[in-house]
Amino acid sequence: MNRALSRLASEIVEKNRGVNDLYLVGIRRRGVPLAERIARKIETLEGSPPLAGILDITLYRDDLSTVGANPIVNRTELEQDIENKIIVLIDDVLYTGRTVRAAMDQLMDFGRPRKVQLAVLIDRGREHRELPIQADFIGKIVPTKQTEIIKVMLKEFDEVEAVGIFERP
Amino acid sequence: MDKPFRRRDLLGIRNLSAAEITGILDTAENFSEISNREVKKVPTLRGKTVINLFFESSTRTRTSFELAAKRLSADTVNISVGESSLSKGETLLDTALNLDAMAPDCIVVRHSSAGVPHQLAKVSKAAIVNAGDGANEHPTQALLDAMTIREHKKKIDGLEVAIVGDIVHSRVARSNIHLLTKLGAKVRVAGPGTLVPTDFRYLVEENLEVCPHVTDAISGADVVMILRIQRERQDSAYFPTLREYSIHYGLTNERLSQAKKDAIVLHPGPMNRGIEIASDVADSSRSLILDQVKYGVAVRMAVLYLATGGIATSG
Repeated sequence: MNRALSRLASEIVEKNRGVNDLYLVGIRRRGVPLAERIARKIETLEGSPPLAGILDITLYRDDLSTVGANPIVNRTELEQDIENKIIVLIDDVLYTGRTVRAAMDQLMDFGRPRKVQLAVLIDRGREHRELPIQADFIGKIVPTKQTEIIKVMLKEFDEVEAVGIFERP
Repeated sequence: MDKPFRRRDLLGIRNLSAAEITGILDTAENFSEISNREVKKVPTLRGKTVINLFFESSTRTRTSFELAAKRLSADTVNISVGESSLSKGETLLDTALNLDAMAPDCIVVRHSSAGVPHQLAKVSKAAIVNAGDGANEHPTQALLDAMTIREHKKKIDGLEVAIVGDIVHSRVARSNIHLLTKLGAKVRVAGPGTLVPTDFRYLVEENLEVCPHVTDAISGADVVMILRIQRERQDSAYFPTLREYSIHYGLTNERLSQAKKDAIVLHPGPMNRGIEIASDVADSSRSLILDQVKYGVAVRMAVLYLATGGIATSG
């Protein structure tokens, strides 16, 4: 996982030619520690850190009336202005694309970034996409079935570091 | 008229558990940032309808609920008593059934009689939120007071809170007493003998003290909550004159100096300057009256979100 994140960090700075105007935005929950780690790696590579922020997309979900009990709302933290910045959205898994849609809608309510890119640790494959969304930076493509669940475990939440594929119960 | 998830209604604080209260407050904290954004709006309640049904006049509470609903993208309709059918002789039940037929998702109701929101909740398919019913409860006021206290004191458990004024007619006092004692604060109430029922301590099991004198309540307090004195009560023999009330119960800097050094002052508004609270106290940095109003919007956003959100399948 560490090597994949290192590669993501160097691809991000290579494509964007450094950290100028670069703004990493982690999507809660697991995108947040991933964004922090990638930011640290970019700082090591470039000597200065990119801007960083957190999006909580709960209020922008398209399934609020069907998810059952109300999802817990957490805080969005975009301290620096996103206007004209190059935003890299960071999440653990890209599956249907709906989370990314919600994140982009929320982002646009905060301003008008110059570009928005997407980095994910795991891409479950294009055939699962329900919206026309693809990642610019991918840690690893893991082809999965719809009956499976993929779980990225991080020491910040899970005590272990692993990616597991489980049968949906 | 099934309601699979009864907790969709917010009728009062009395029936909530400490965990439920803390859950609402945590949610409200996360909503508070939205009001600081350039675009103060999220799409969460798009397509939902919130009716503000106010049988009693109110500017602050109604505006606060309306802004909260609008910042969540709900559509809002305001009905106040002057323009309603009740003045044409319709019963409350019929009004409720008629509103219900228009399929609102939430009805926010204020009424001068205790229990009206509870009656509406029995017949309406919409979630009912109590915005004040007679002298019974005003749950969102207590929640925003608690949020203000939490923001400044970082906790509620173990705090000493003085509530001063017309306790007997105050739904704000009742909701606050329920909430604060459930979360572990010690509450002391004081006011004119005619306005503080001595058996009030039976309202909750413990942690509530009825003080003979205002100084006993304020002394050592972390939070001093001043209630509005209703001018119309002056003529009903509860106390002789406003001037006398002010002399004996008004919060002055001198009285406030008996509280803890970092004590904060709350008032649910609208305040009568120079009567229950001295102007210099109301304008001092210890007074958090405008913070209360600010957090009111966040609390009501959280309540509307929780009231109109998904229905718990297992509930």
